Amino acid sequence: MDPTFPITLTVNGTEMVREVPVRQTLADFLRQTLGLTATHVGCEHGVCGACTVRIDGRIARACLTFAIQCDGAAIETLEGMAESGKIADLQQAFHRRNALQCGFCTSGMLVTAAQLLEENPRPSREEIREIISGNYCRCTGYHAIVDAVEETAEARAKSEPEGAR
Amino acid sequence: MKASAFDYARVESLEEVFALFAEYGDEARIIAGGQTLVPAMAMRVAAPALLIDISRLEALQGIARNGDRLRIGAFTRYVELQHSPLVAEAAPLLHRAIPLIAHEAIRSRGTFGGSLANADPASEMPACALALEAVMVIANAEGERRVAAADFFQGLYQTALEPGDVLVAVEIPVAQDGMQGVIEELVRRQGDYAMVGLAATGKAANGMLSGPRFVFFGVGDRPVLATKAAEALADGPISPEHIAEAQAALAQDFTPLGDIHCSPATKAHLARVLLGRVVSRLLEHR
Ligand SMILES: Cc1cc2nc3c(=O)[nH]c(=O)nc-3n(C[C@H](O)[C@H](O)[C@H](O)COP(=O)(O)OP(=O)(O)OC[C@H]3O[C@@H](n4cnc5c(N)ncnc54)[C@H](O)[C@@H]3O)c2cc1C
Ligand code: FES
Ligand code: FES
Repeated sequence: MDPTFPITLTVNGTEMVREVPVRQTLADFLRQTLGLTATHVGCEHGVCGACTVRIDGRIARACLTFAIQCDGAAIETLEGMAESGKIADLQQAFHRRNALQCGFCTSGMLVTAAQLLEENPRPSREEIREIISGNYCRCTGYHAIVDAVEETAEARAKSEPEGAR
Repeated sequence: MKASAFDYARVESLEEVFALFAEYGDEARIIAGGQTLVPAMAMRVAAPALLIDISRLEALQGIARNGDRLRIGAFTRYVELQHSPLVAEAAPLLHRAIPLIAHEAIRSRGTFGGSLANADPASEMPACALALEAVMVIANAEGERRVAAADFFQGLYQTALEPGDVLVAVEIPVAQDGMQGVIEELVRRQGDYAMVGLAATGKAANGMLSGPRFVFFGVGDRPVLATKAAEALADGPISPEHIAEAQAALAQDFTPLGDIHCSPATKAHLARVLLGRVVSRLLEHR
């Protein structure tokens, strides 16, 4: 039997206490224990980016962190971001620009792009490519994803006057 | 791709680490950011019986300047290094190197000390540590000792760290006026490990470079200081001929080891290309 430990953490704003097996990754904890399956699991060794979530506000690989290391942390997954409505425009832009085909990479892409747009509201195409360099997409060829992120940035800049953000 | 079973301890003092090492011996492994260790465990290349989580160990945290030394705690995440104004000013080479490591989502977790302890020969941080003449502060149950970067990196994933040792901090001489730091690497894709990389420091004035240190990575089993190349640039203002001589002198400094991506000859060529670029950048202060 694996040893288990109790952890206290916040997931998408809800504080909880859970008993976790030490070797359970954050990705498996989210998917299997909490049923939050937007966080995908591809390579399980840090290369593909499908499992990207935010830990204490910063994007991270949920497959490269054991749940137990997240004791006291605040985790945000795509479910939380989507339900809050704050990335609805980004989601729609992905749809409009055909920035997804099979959708496997999409949650990781959205979580990653959302952080970029918060920290750098008008990224260049180079900067968009830089940040999604850690996320593999086997379908789209990336171009449409860059388009969707760029379009969202432009639309946000137009809808909010300079300095309002 | 799941890790084998292990036990876990989150420590708050170095004494706790030493006690756990005394109990578990080399079955215990420190986990810092986990960005190298967790993939190794998932692939079962590593199967420690106990993970010692040092993320709450205060002695390993923080960035501070004490006179002419910058002290960086081993458990400083890349993202903290990148956003530290102190690092940007006192060790511009490190500030410039961070964006070349992996990807944003890995830099948010990976640590400076973890990269140094891991000593991957294609990694940026070990090369920067050698270029900056960093000193590693290491502790174990017997006490503390200091090891210069030149003695710390001993081979492929081999360092001066002995079983039971903890890398506590890294001390770096603060960059004096005009001391530049430049890093360049050649990669197939953004975020990959370098095929060949070069971390360099030096002071440029009147077309001359004083005290340049060129450290290549991805060319051997550890970062390599190219002293012959530096000597070739020593006297007089640097001309294209000087640069060509320095590039030729690289052959005396090292013979690259090939890998699955590049033959030794290709790596030697890429090293010459990088040297040319880095010398120009140092001279032009960019
Ligand atoms: C997809 C991917 C791409 C990457 N690309 C790059 C890249 O381009 N360049 C690069 O340099 N790295 C790259 N990395 C590796 C990354 O930089 C790691 O973060 C780093 O090598 C290890 O730091 P860590 O804090 O995560 O260490 P961990 O994985 O926690 O530990 C690594 C090793 O160091 C030991 N250790 C850690 N801290 C200490 C300490 N204080 N004292 C003693 N021993 C200690 C551990 O026991 C372990 O053996 C990549 C990783 C991934 C997953
Ligand atoms: S599943 Fe985590 S990076 Fe691939
Ligand atoms: S849409 Fe299929 S992997 Fe990106």
